[in-house]
Amino acid sequence: MTDASVSPSRPLFRRLVERTGATIRFFIDGRPAEARAGDLLITAILTNRSDLRRFEFADGHRAGFCLMGACQDCWVDLADGRSVRSCSTLVEDGMHVLVDGRVNG
Amino acid sequence: MSRRLEVDVAIVGGGTAACAAAVALRRAGLTVAVLEKRRCGAGASGVNFGGVRRQGRDLRELPLANRSRGLWDGLNELLGVDVEFDVSGHIKLARSETDLEELERYRLAARDHDLELTMLGANAVHAELPWLGEKVLGASLSPTDGQANPRVVGPAFARLARRMGAEIFEFTPVEAVASTGSGFEVAAGDLTVVSRRLINAAGAGGRLVAATFGEDVPLTPLSPNMLVTEPLPYFVSRSIGVCGGDVYVRQTRRGNAIFGGGRGWQDHDLGLARPSSEQSVDGIRRTLMLVPDLARANVIRTWSGFDGEMPDHIPVIGHSSTTPGLIHAFGFSGHGFQLGPAIGEILAELVIDGHTPTPIEPFAIDRFRDWSPEASSAPDASVHTEH
Amino acid sequence: MNAPFAPRVVVVGAGPAGLRATEVLAEAGLRPVLIDEAPRSGGQIYRRPPVGAERPATDLYGFEAGKAVALHDLLGRLGDRVDHRSATLVWAIEGRRLSLLGPEGPSVLDFDALVLATGAMDRVLPFPGWTLPGVFTLGAAQIALKAQGVAIGSKVALVGAGPLLPLVTRQYAKAGAEVALSLDATPFLPKLLHGPSMLASPSTLLKGLWYMAANAASGVPQRFGATGLRVEGDGRVEALVWRDGRGRDHRVACDAVGASFGLRSEIQLADLAGCRMEFDELTRQWRPIRTSEGRSTAPDVWLAGDGATIGGADVAELAGTRTALALLADRGIAVDTTRIARLDAALARQRRFRVAVEKAYPFPRALLDGLADDLMLCRCEGVTVGALRAAATTRGADEMNRLKAFTRIGMGRCQGRVCGQAAAEILAATLDRPIAEVGRLRGNPPVKPIPIGAFAGAFATEGERA
Repeated sequence: MTDASVSPSRPLFRRLVERTGATIRFFIDGRPAEARAGDLLITAILTNRSDLRRFEFADGHRAGFCLMGACQDCWVDLADGRSVRSCSTLVEDGMHVLVDGRVNG
Repeated sequence: MSRRLEVDVAIVGGGTAACAAAVALRRAGLTVAVLEKRRCGAGASGVNFGGVRRQGRDLRELPLANRSRGLWDGLNELLGVDVEFDVSGHIKLARSETDLEELERYRLAARDHDLELTMLGANAVHAELPWLGEKVLGASLSPTDGQANPRVVGPAFARLARRMGAEIFEFTPVEAVASTGSGFEVAAGDLTVVSRRLINAAGAGGRLVAATFGEDVPLTPLSPNMLVTEPLPYFVSRSIGVCGGDVYVRQTRRGNAIFGGGRGWQDHDLGLARPSSEQSVDGIRRTLMLVPDLARANVIRTWSGFDGEMPDHIPVIGHSSTTPGLIHAFGFSGHGFQLGPAIGEILAELVIDGHTPTPIEPFAIDRFRDWSPEASSAPDASVHTEH
Repeated sequence: MNAPFAPRVVVVGAGPAGLRATEVLAEAGLRPVLIDEAPRSGGQIYRRPPVGAERPATDLYGFEAGKAVALHDLLGRLGDRVDHRSATLVWAIEGRRLSLLGPEGPSVLDFDALVLATGAMDRVLPFPGWTLPGVFTLGAAQIALKAQGVAIGSKVALVGAGPLLPLVTRQYAKAGAEVALSLDATPFLPKLLHGPSMLASPSTLLKGLWYMAANAASGVPQRFGATGLRVEGDGRVEALVWRDGRGRDHRVACDAVGASFGLRSEIQLADLAGCRMEFDELTRQWRPIRTSEGRSTAPDVWLAGDGATIGGADVAELAGTRTALALLADRGIAVDTTRIARLDAALARQRRFRVAVEKAYPFPRALLDGLADDLMLCRCEGVTVGALRAAATTRGADEMNRLKAFTRIGMGRCQGRVCGQAAAEILAATLDRPIAEVGRLRGNPPVKPIPIGAFAGAFATEGERA
């Protein structure tokens, strides 16, 4: 394992069971990302980076907490205007997730 | 362990007006006891929309509202707590020609009561509130109105009154009030308060106190039904109402949008007022038509509480018509939050001077002297009152 | 459709308790409505991966695979004798009317009898760093593995105060995750003292011991009696710091932490249904009052499983069956009394075992001692421990709802699910009063956030009888 570089671009979740299902292509802040069919949105995002959303009332980000739809920490904004609870929403092809806002290109 | 307390003034009810009265009376050196059945400021004072609004009020209320508006600017300093008073302005929208005429008529009349309103044309309104989902024909703006956090105001007045020496009794429901000839006796469990004067500021319970002194009035319980969203990017820059009063919405600086949705219901088994899901859904739909961007938000909480409503939607304020030394202030009909600080001062003036420079004649309790519960039906509950 | 005079019975929650209750009701021909938030039945402990992420049951549930499969197959076996509404939230209850939000939008549903089997979530306590990305509950760590085949990090520290800790540790190690530390916030000694009582349910005891032994064999460090928890990191988790029984601090490098301290019943719907609550001294939490057969204090509202009393999945199955039988009897439908006697005996045995478990894993109250004023307590609204203490000492917030009104603690998206219990503990400690006296946060609808956009369209009302 490489040294823990403290960067949001380093994934948080680690896949232990490789699945053979289809690759899902989605976007995080405008950048293309990949996930697997059957991934919850929280899994899709956190296998690509270490957080999900900005915290509204202070500096810092959040990455979810309970994964069972109780704590409401993992709501993420989508570019189409919806907000969804990422622990109870499946990732879909073409989804645009906004974490730090839209990134051009 | 019974206790007997003698004071100059006993106050039944612990809302903002009651506790503000206690503050003003203590300032004048009188001894005061406040008897609140639950928590101070947790009734109508604490569960309302949070509008600090003069626009749209019954013209007879404007002198009270003007006086109160002067006090709101100093509340943080007076109370030592941030009441989150935000002079966002209040805008009232016209969705028809009739609405426009109503707004213009009101503007002219309000000018005679020291309330300056500005009419905005359709273009100006849509330029200022570009996200409006309904076509509006115009609006009236009251730039000096605003909004505040109702949960903190009443309790802060109660704390100040206590610091100034008032006796504040919470969880102390009054069981009996009686005139003793020279004054009053108020019984609440083991506590008996004997006073020279009695203020009836019991909110929804005000009718019962008044009826004890032969002054029954057609007050009906009113439970608001409020909804709040998660924090959103700030965009509802004004507190918003509409002609007809069926939609009202504001956004706190933290980002939560707060809006009203009809009426809650009273769960007598649990002694709680509860929000109504059906009314919440109706409120969501009406508000959504006006503010379509809320479609992307979540409602995270709804709430209700207890208030009392008069058939003419203005409160009862002033001396009793039957019992010297008894003063009423109740029945604020869902829009007493802004008035609370001034009502406190007015009540103190009525106690100390017997009269107040603020005109309160329209609120006299004897306007209902010809009313009797047997002869009347309940007032029309379908009328929307603004908050 | 229902028979003309058959009562409409609604079961909320498709975990072990709700499924077993549904089974009894369906077999009695009542065609119960089963409502659950998840797209697939099973609940949390037997949670199923989404379509596309399935794995063999033995990989997912270990020793419990048989029980899991039996529950998962239950609805298929009952077929259309059950009206199963998945992915549906009950967001409000008023009298006998449920407000629902499902895939087709909002609707309301009236019931004649209601079984609430709402389950539990992790009991959470705050510690420095607990809001950093990478800190999850222990339950979340388990769900990540079961439902998604992922670990919450590349190098994980697990922290607990209950039997879930050795289990999740074992599951992580077995799945090939790197577990830097398995840290128990309760001491080891009570586990020895109360071990004999756990013989009331020997298989559970043996499993717990087996997990601990297997963890030791696989080289995962296991420690007990930890205090002074702290997660360090700049923008994400970098290390877990803890203090041992001798007062020495230890630092373990990791990039994710799964930490929680027992379980907490989900009582919001019971609250809205008008069920009266009682304070349980053993678990230091409020729970709806429930008779041993499952009756609440509200007419025709029944309670089963961890949502009413923490007992675990096996108890939940028994309680679900028992409660539904009581409901049937209450409706004048004949039930097998021998079966009831057998269930009651099993439940009584389990209750003795549960008391032993709670004593073996006492509430780690010490974790809340000496928390700094700047520690964030309410993670939704960003309210600190210091704000709580100030409201208690200078503004007269002497009770949870007053505290909420003054500070916004419990006013955010989660409605106090996450911080409520810790807030009550800290409030009680600040005021030097027993925790039961500071009360609990009153529930209001919606029990979970409801998207406004979903209410723009049409609306269905069911159950209005002619």
